Amino acid sequence: MGYKLDFSVVWHAMPALLWGCVGTLSLALAGMTLAMVIGVAGVAARDSKAGWLRAIVIGFVEIVRNTPFLVQIFFLFFALPLIGLKLNPTATAIIALGLNGGAYAIEIIRGGVQSVHKGQVEAGYALGLHKGQVFRFIVLKPALRAIYPSLTGQFIMLTLTSSICSAVSAYELTSVAQRIESDTFRSFEVYFSVTFLYLAISWLLMLGFAVISHRFFSYPTR
Amino acid sequence: MVPHFGLPEFGFLLRGLQWTVLLTLVAFAGGCTAGLAIALLRTCGHKRVEWITRIYIGIFQGTPLLLQLFVVYYGLALTGLKLDAFVAVAIGFTVNASAFLGEIWRGAIQAVPRGQTEAAMALGLHYSSRMRDIVMPQAIRISLPATIGYLVQLIKGTSLAAIVGFIELARAGQIVSNQTFQPLLVFGVVGAMYFVLCWPLSWWGSRMEARLALANQR
Repeated sequence: MGYKLDFSVVWHAMPALLWGCVGTLSLALAGMTLAMVIGVAGVAARDSKAGWLRAIVIGFVEIVRNTPFLVQIFFLFFALPLIGLKLNPTATAIIALGLNGGAYAIEIIRGGVQSVHKGQVEAGYALGLHKGQVFRFIVLKPALRAIYPSLTGQFIMLTLTSSICSAVSAYELTSVAQRIESDTFRSFEVYFSVTFLYLAISWLLMLGFAVISHRFFSYPTR
Repeated sequence: MVPHFGLPEFGFLLRGLQWTVLLTLVAFAGGCTAGLAIALLRTCGHKRVEWITRIYIGIFQGTPLLLQLFVVYYGLALTGLKLDAFVAVAIGFTVNASAFLGEIWRGAIQAVPRGQTEAAMALGLHYSSRMRDIVMPQAIRISLPATIGYLVQLIKGTSLAAIVGFIELARAGQIVSNQTFQPLLVFGVVGAMYFVLCWPLSWWGSRMEARLALANQR
């Protein structure tokens, strides 16, 4: 074996890789935005009076959570054109991430809404707070505080999952890495470095989320 | 002549399913063994050892499974060992499982009330007996829902072996889809197979979680 590791190819490709990071973050952000919309709508439908609507939401959540993302994105890749949506791979990836993240968001948001007790709302009114104040301080803030850790964790998970979108050649970090790999044949060096780029992304996200949480959601100590 | 999706194609998917199950079982068994070691090291009380295992777990939790698989797959190729594709991906999933199960069991070990350990110490039990007879039996009970949850993750995760070319269920689906030009039907069937595998486990896990929560209320 005469293989010598050569990381210079990675260094030369760094601008492309950093743009790939931007692609990954935009993909995850777009997917998470869609996921939140699906999540809120799903929670409303999940607790609606119409039985068929509840059944659809429950079915959707169970199917998404019990099948691999790779199979989901392949299915959508072929299914979306049939319903008239001829999209590029990146848009398809956003929809796939949004649907996948949405199923998890429904469960998370539902838990948050249920965590606010009715008695607290009544106590708020008894203390003389008006409707807007009750919603803001007693419902919204504690609910957000309760779901914030799971929701931000879900965002990081979605960012990591987005690497699978390279299978339909959406523009993100892993597909950039695959292109560099096929140009240079330095598979190990490229993927090893890209793994640490992902690690940097998730650590930065974690740090950012912790700062936000400390700033907005910490309990008043005085 | 394009073949239609029929019994032979379905049989091919079933053989893919067999490899998915086998890959999951091997990775889960390996991951349990290594994960137990990680969990014990993570809670052993030596600051430096705990730090190292914490970084190990952090690396696997903070990077995509697909990239971990690529690194192990191409990294093993560099060592000059001629490994079967199955062995290479099985090693990849095993190291991933060791980190995730290690973290789950770390949490479970620390969730066992401290008084239990102290009482065991007061009785003069040494470390291995304390862990084996007092802490672990309780920790396993606590960790079971999360462990089953990870098993579902693992089954779904093995689909990524398709991207490095190992023929398990997802890759078998791709092949059949390319042959028959019936992607919706094929990936529908593939998805249903994963669902049949995962859903009972998910249901079992959440039921157990509910029962544990109920037991803790009393």
